[in-house]
Amino acid sequence: MYVYDEFDRRILTQRVQQFRGQTQRYLAGELKDNEFLPLRLQNGLYIQRLAPMLRVNVPYGMLNSTQLRKLAHIARFYDKGYCHVSTRQNIQFNWPELAEVPDILAELAEVEMHATQSSGNCIRNITSDQFAGVAEDEVIDPRPYCEIIRQWSSFHPEFAFLPRKFKIAVTGAAASDRAATQVHDIGLQVLDDPQRGVGFKVLVGGGLGRTPVIGSVIRDFLPEAHLLSYLEAILRIYNQFGRRDNKYKARIKILVRAMGPEAFAEKVETEWQQLKDGYSTLTQAEIDRAKHFFTRPAYEDIDAAAAAAQLQAQASEQRAFARWLERNTRGHRQPGYASVVLSLKPTGVAPGDVTDRQLEIIADLADRYSFGEARTTHEQNIVLADVKQADLPALWQAAKAAGFATPNIGTLTDMICCPGGDFCSLANAKSIPVAEAIQRQYDDMDYLYDLGDIDLNISGCMNACGHHHVGHIGILGVDKKGEEFYQVQLGGRSGTDAALGRVLGPSFGRLEVPAVIQKLLDVYVENRNGDEQFVDTYQRLGLEPFKERVYAKSH
Amino acid sequence: MPNLIKNGAIVTDDWTLLDADATDIPAGKVIAPLALWQARREMLEQRDHLGVWLDTDETADQLGADAQTLSLIAVNFPGFMDGRGFTTGRLLRERYGFSGELRAVGHFMRDQLCYLKRCGFTAFHFAEPVDLDAALQSLDDFTEYYQAGTDQPLPLFRRRA
Repeated sequence: MYVYDEFDRRILTQRVQQFRGQTQRYLAGELKDNEFLPLRLQNGLYIQRLAPMLRVNVPYGMLNSTQLRKLAHIARFYDKGYCHVSTRQNIQFNWPELAEVPDILAELAEVEMHATQSSGNCIRNITSDQFAGVAEDEVIDPRPYCEIIRQWSSFHPEFAFLPRKFKIAVTGAAASDRAATQVHDIGLQVLDDPQRGVGFKVLVGGGLGRTPVIGSVIRDFLPEAHLLSYLEAILRIYNQFGRRDNKYKARIKILVRAMGPEAFAEKVETEWQQLKDGYSTLTQAEIDRAKHFFTRPAYEDIDAAAAAAQLQAQASEQRAFARWLERNTRGHRQPGYASVVLSLKPTGVAPGDVTDRQLEIIADLADRYSFGEARTTHEQNIVLADVKQADLPALWQAAKAAGFATPNIGTLTDMICCPGGDFCSLANAKSIPVAEAIQRQYDDMDYLYDLGDIDLNISGCMNACGHHHVGHIGILGVDKKGEEFYQVQLGGRSGTDAALGRVLGPSFGRLEVPAVIQKLLDVYVENRNGDEQFVDTYQRLGLEPFKERVYAKSH
Repeated sequence: MPNLIKNGAIVTDDWTLLDADATDIPAGKVIAPLALWQARREMLEQRDHLGVWLDTDETADQLGADAQTLSLIAVNFPGFMDGRGFTTGRLLRERYGFSGELRAVGHFMRDQLCYLKRCGFTAFHFAEPVDLDAALQSLDDFTEYYQAGTDQPLPLFRRRA
């Protein structure tokens, strides 16, 4: 994991001091609301429906146990004892006092964390694959590049007042993209080309929100040394020519679409030719420096076959353990190790919420079982990436006691869900009660397992923080004359074969949603071929049979 | 009355900024809108001191290398959320070799001074009255930076060692 040096510390300390001064001026009436707005947003602070919300960056999802304990302390001391894992791997506090935010930022800085540019019209937190560095299907660990981009984008003087927010995601496993790179303003896929070496496929103009778009490839291969100058060229074109007259047309996807991806790529290329080979060209020393923070931990030499056999024996003795093993753990490139997903989706808890005490337990589990590190996921769970298989039974027991062992990862009840109308002032409708109603309806684990992998994503408004466009089943809260309704979409995907869902038909009242979901599942179960997944059945059958069933007049 | 921050000090502005639709050009040091400069360039170039200002939707490319013939270039910020001028500043300095006074005018804010400075701006004329002594402090909100800027062409990774 990246470790700050004196430079990082000095820069972050200056940021905290700057925001402390700005907050004091605001509270003293020297800064108007509209002037303070971009300043607080660029320090993570929203004013929400009930209270401020502070969004803390978790760079590419990486956390160490010290940071987890600090987050627990902040939740306990400054907030109401819990926080929320967002769909961009960040941590959100829902109840801080404005006047205390500078103190919170100072405490975060002590553990090398910040809320810099976690909102506002600037380059946001860089997101990545939660299994970076451990996935068996990974080509190159993306995290060193994420850190290089984090540093470049932090306090970038030219790009702090862009037309709109700007999100970058990086994956090192393009063939099984877990970072949703096709639906980001910039998506980077790290490649290792036998002739050309390490570089990136560059996608631009993807995104969800009001106008969902799959990104366009504007460069098939960008050598790694040119990463920053090329990003700079993209951002510079966007900063100059992105629309500023209408915030709903201001994202880079609108510019790319208006110009056409080829014309946009050409403009970037022209700009890049001017910037290329300048001082921002990455040196091998810098790439090596970034990489040395993400080396393999001190794995033990393990007899993988023996470990697997032992695990098998334990699983056959305990069905509950076997289920957890199947759903909540996954393979690892290191023999004898596994990655574990701690589910933040037990029924009755808002998806992604975690308490102060639970954060401390995660820190303890990370220290005991996973080299002191954990990761947040954009599906709003927590990963312990480097667990010895032999430790899995003990970890399972501990996770169960702490409420993290719901064996539902990847299933219908492992939903992505935004905070919605209960918290967010942008929302048109509540999303948490919808999630809870669905979780309560599907408490039969055998049925859930039979359904297999289903991504169900819920957003409380068209800003799409719940990624509803790329859920196999997407639910969107809409407002009709002051009443909350829910539109259902089918067929979205967020991975390598990214696709946007199609609207099923007219929207439903909140209480109707679980019954609608049941009808969709019935059509699937009746029509699936073998172990075909829901989304594949949908793709084969199309929207029509689902639509007919859901909107059929009942007699 | 001192009303301008220039090179880190508070001074009295001796330039006249002409309106976008100005046709009369007074004597003395004037900052002409881009269109006026383009239309009456030969006449304006006779002057010892000439400034041109770019509106936020006018790019540095529209001046290009001619920037080097000017004593002053001003960039207008119609509102502090409009960040196009940051790019304009960098391009004038880094691509077109402008070395004269680069001035931010309009509705930017004090809290943007440090970034403006990093993008090549050396003078700041606020549209609204502000406490310039207090504003001066914001010029140095940061003294260390990750990325290259006009003030520091070497990104931190080339200086870290």
